[in-house]
Amino acid sequence: MSNEDLRELYRELILDHSRHPRHFGKLEGCTHQAEGINPLCGDKLHLYLSIEGDTIEDIAFEGTGCAISVASASLMTDAILGLHVKDAEQTFSVITHRLTQPDGDDSADIDEKFKALDGVRDFPARVKCATLAWHALQAALSGHNQPATTE
Amino acid sequence: MTNPLRDDFPALHQTINDRPLVYLDSAASSQQPQRVIDAVAAYQGHDHANVHRGVHDLSHRATEAYEGARDRIQAFINANSRSEIVFTRGTTEAINLVAQSYARPRIGAGDKIIISALEHHSNIVPWQLVCEQTGAELLVIPMNTQGDLDIDAYQAMLDKRVALVAVGHVSNALGTVNQVSRIIELAHAHDIAVLLDGAQGVPHMAVDVRALDCDFYAFSGHKMFAPTGIGVLYARESLLDAMPPYQGGGDMILEVTFDKTTYNELPYKFEAGTPNISGVIGLGAAVDYLNSVDMNSVAAAENDLLDYMTEKVSAIDGIRVYGNANNKASVLSFLLDDIHPHDLGTILDHQGIAIRTGHHCAMPVMQFFGIPGTARASLALYNDRNDVDALVTAIEKAREIFA
Repeated sequence: MSNEDLRELYRELILDHSRHPRHFGKLEGCTHQAEGINPLCGDKLHLYLSIEGDTIEDIAFEGTGCAISVASASLMTDAILGLHVKDAEQTFSVITHRLTQPDGDDSADIDEKFKALDGVRDFPARVKCATLAWHALQAALSGHNQPATTE
Repeated sequence: MTNPLRDDFPALHQTINDRPLVYLDSAASSQQPQRVIDAVAAYQGHDHANVHRGVHDLSHRATEAYEGARDRIQAFINANSRSEIVFTRGTTEAINLVAQSYARPRIGAGDKIIISALEHHSNIVPWQLVCEQTGAELLVIPMNTQGDLDIDAYQAMLDKRVALVAVGHVSNALGTVNQVSRIIELAHAHDIAVLLDGAQGVPHMAVDVRALDCDFYAFSGHKMFAPTGIGVLYARESLLDAMPPYQGGGDMILEVTFDKTTYNELPYKFEAGTPNISGVIGLGAAVDYLNSVDMNSVAAAENDLLDYMTEKVSAIDGIRVYGNANNKASVLSFLLDDIHPHDLGTILDHQGIAIRTGHHCAMPVMQFFGIPGTARASLALYNDRNDVDALVTAIEKAREIFA
């Protein structure tokens, strides 16, 4: 592995989102919520969704975590705000598949910004950081109250 | 300047990401010397059979090796008798054994168990379980921001309703060497038994359980250069005698009928089932290794190196060190700027440096400081200044990446 891999992992976009996470905070009056916990790392985030009809009308998250997990949560909230629930679920499948395939499946058409997360594929220990928020999203959408974990 | 003991540890001689491995995670698990690897291999390859059972030669050899290791471990910690050395899966099982077989039968609602703010989860949760089972109360000795326990507050907690004090010898999260002799003396003045979690003590200093005067001392093989899955509970013979077995099964009995079972003598009463024979043999070999290097000189050299590491790492801009107790061993816990410890850990790993990041199974310590975790560099007898210098260079690199 070279320094390029590290730069790839900690791209400017990732550092920017981790330092200035979008939609960060609590969402009063949300309709769906879930907690994402990574017990090994202690990363913890809480995701709030406000769904009207079948559309994600508002979204927020709070919690603590590493640069990768916070940036991933921030990118996710940006991307799925305004989406139909089905499209959000589809995005979950595409992104988690993309990040967890060691050889990298780049065939799916995804938002350019998510490619900033691709660097984790060279760092197996960090994949769970990148997918934590997404598992919380899935848990929130499915409506069960168990915290999501990536263990 | 290179530490000659490095040569005894084959795992240290490899590259990670094209850089020489710098192993600074021995508080999580230490590497094994060739002597331990060879002893386990010789047993597996030549002497394996079940212990205490067969009349055949292999079983005899296995039993000799297994029981011989017990004798050497007894001598290593200066226990009074081989009956006081109970093999367990590790420190965790040893503490659970004491919680269930010593504490549980003798406590009820209104009784108390004392632990400290510095404990590893393995010296918290077994006591929470036994408190839930009995209605007893768990008290916690507070600490200050240096990472030292408040002995006055501890003294004020002691009364006749306290059934046991269970504290760490050395904190795995901050490196504090607790004032265990004082803690034991104060407890004994009230006839209260004391358990020491010695997982981080035994690898770093000479431990003499009779000089400490502790009632229980628990430690793990894999933190002291032996394999995983093996540990020891030392306990005073009189206490073990009075305790019911922890688990039932083969080897822990003298006679079984459907009406009644007579338990085996100590320590076998607490060793149900076929034990981890290769683990015990590995642990015995690790003890031989530690005897060959002299624990007092190991402790002195490690303390010098910890001072050097603390000075060099503290001097880096943006470093905050957690835990600067008066007496420390092995561990330096720190954070860099606002970089999350996992990110720091990844950048260091990329440069071949293995440290632990996160809460170190001591979440209450992290809650005390209001942080999610730390980066922790921990030393063992094979580290040297080259390792520390590589760590410092790598931390500076992390600052660049996050600049």
